[in-house]
Amino acid sequence: MTTTEVGAKAVRPPAAAGETARAGRARARRRLRYAPAIGAGVGMVVVWHLIVTGFEIPTYIAPSPWQVLVVFANQGDILWINFLPTLLEAVCGFALGNTIAVLLAVWFVHSGVAERAFYPIAVFINTIPIIAIAPILVLMLGNGYEPKIVIAALICFFPTLVNMVRGLKAVSPQMLELMRVLSANDREVLFKIRLQSSLPFLFAALKIASTTCVIGAIVGEWIGSNYGLGSLIIEATYNFRAPLLYATVILGAGLAVAFFVITSLVERHVLKWKPGEVF
Amino acid sequence: MTRAAAVASGCIEASPATAIAVRDLAVRFDGDAGSVTALDGVGFEVPEAGFVTMLGPSGCGKSTLLRAVADLVPISAGSINVFGRTPEQARRARDFAFVFQDATLLPWRSVIDNVRLPLEVGRRGGAVEQHAEPEELLALVGLEGRADALPHELSGGMRQRVSIARALVCRPRVLLMDEPFGALDEINRDKLNEELLRIWQETGTTIMFVTHSVPEAAFLGQKCLVLSAQPGRVREYVDISFTSPRALGMRDTLEFVQVTAHLRSLLELPR
Repeated sequence: MTTTEVGAKAVRPPAAAGETARAGRARARRRLRYAPAIGAGVGMVVVWHLIVTGFEIPTYIAPSPWQVLVVFANQGDILWINFLPTLLEAVCGFALGNTIAVLLAVWFVHSGVAERAFYPIAVFINTIPIIAIAPILVLMLGNGYEPKIVIAALICFFPTLVNMVRGLKAVSPQMLELMRVLSANDREVLFKIRLQSSLPFLFAALKIASTTCVIGAIVGEWIGSNYGLGSLIIEATYNFRAPLLYATVILGAGLAVAFFVITSLVERHVLKWKPGEVF
Repeated sequence: MTRAAAVASGCIEASPATAIAVRDLAVRFDGDAGSVTALDGVGFEVPEAGFVTMLGPSGCGKSTLLRAVADLVPISAGSINVFGRTPEQARRARDFAFVFQDATLLPWRSVIDNVRLPLEVGRRGGAVEQHAEPEELLALVGLEGRADALPHELSGGMRQRVSIARALVCRPRVLLMDEPFGALDEINRDKLNEELLRIWQETGTTIMFVTHSVPEAAFLGQKCLVLSAQPGRVREYVDISFTSPRALGMRDTLEFVQVTAHLRSLLELPR
C-alpha cells in the first residue's frame, strides 16, 4: 500500500459539535432545494384560483381548486373504488410488458436471426397508435381487466425492448476478451456481465414505463368499461361534472408519479456503482 | 513430477525449461482492403519463470503476438506452444492469465469479488481446483483493507493492482500483460514496476510483458524482444542483465543507460 493512495482516504478525527452543525446546515440546504418547485406549484394553484374566480368561469367549464378539493373530501369513495382497478391494471401491465421485453431482448442478443426477424415487427406494432389497438383488444379479450392489462403492457414494451437490447450489447470488447480468456460460456457472460451492465439502460426504460403504464390502463378503460379512472373520466365529462373530472385526472397523475418515484428509489438502491465510468 | 518440482527437489539440473515456444509465427488479418500481415516469421522462446518484455514501434504487432499466445487472435501460419499445449488447450487449462491495459473490473462488484471472478466462470474442466486465496492476493498487491471497496472508489493504480490479483487467483503458470501500466502516471508506474518484480520473484510465474516504454522494458525484462514494424518481425532478442539488483535507483547507473541506449538504437534502425 502506498502512502499517496492512502492519504486521501485518511480517517478524519470525530469533531462532534462541528459535525452536527454541518449536518444541520446540509439538511437546511436540502430543504431549500425543493423550495422553488413547491413555490411554483403553490403559485400556479393560486393563479388557477384567481383566473377561475376573477373571470367568473362557470364550474362545468373549469372548477376552482377548492371545488376539486371538496370532491376529494365528499366523493372519496367513488374515486377510491375506481382507483383500485386502474392500479391493478397498471401494475400487471408494467410487469407483463417489461418481462416480455427483457426476455425478448436476451433472445435477440444471443440470436442475430431472431433479432432480424422480430425487431421490425416490434417496431411495426409500436407505430400503431395505442388508441387504435385498444378496440381490437376489447373485441378479442372482452370487457374485463385483460384488455387493459395488455394495453398497459404494450405501451411499456417497446422502450424497454430497445433499451434492453442496447444495454445487453453495451459491454466493452475488453470485458468480453477477459471472459474468453477465462473460457466463460454465453450463459456466464449473460449472468455475470451483460445483465448487470444493462441495468442503467433498463432503469431508464422502466422510468418511462412507470408513467406510461398508467396511461395505457386509462386509455383501455375509455373503450367500453364501467369501472376505473378512465371510465370515470368519460362519465364525468359527459355529465359536465368538471370537479370530479379534475379530481380523477389528478389522481391518475398522482398514481403515475408514485410509480416513477418508486422506480427511482429502487434504481438508487440497486445501482450503487457508478454507471458510465469506464475501467 | 512436474519439472519445476523436479528442479526444486534436485532430481534434475536447474537449467530453465521452455515455457513458451513460438515458431515461424504469422498472423494475417483479412479485411475489405485485402489481407494485412501483422506478424511474419516470428520465432523465440520464453524460459520457464522468465520475464520477457516486448518492445517495438506502434503497429509492430507486439499486442497481436501476445493475443495470439492468449488464443484471442487466430494464427495464420507457424505454431505457438505453451507448456506443450496449443494456445486453446492452455486457455482451457487456465495455464495463463491476461492483464489488459485497462483494469477491466466489473464496476458493480467489490474488489474481492472481482478477484474471485475467474473462480466462478469457465469451470467446465474443473480447471481451477488449485487456486490462491483472494485475500492473500490482495495483500500481495498491497490492497489489504480495501476488499469491500467498489472499483470507482479506487485510483487507476489501485484498480490495476486488483486486476493483477485477479490474474493471479488461478495460479497461472504464465502472466500475459498488455501495456498494463500504460495509462498510469509515471510515479504510479514506477511503483508498480517495482512491485511487479517482487510479485514475479515471489510467485515464480513466467511473464510476457508488452510495453512501449524503453526504460520499463529494460527495468523489468530478463530478455527483451524487440520487434520491427510492417510486418512485425523479430529485430533482436536482447539478453538484459545487470550487476546491481533491480531497484528504481538503478535506472541512473551507466549500465542501465547503456542497455536502454542499445534498445533505442534497435528501435530507430531503418527497416
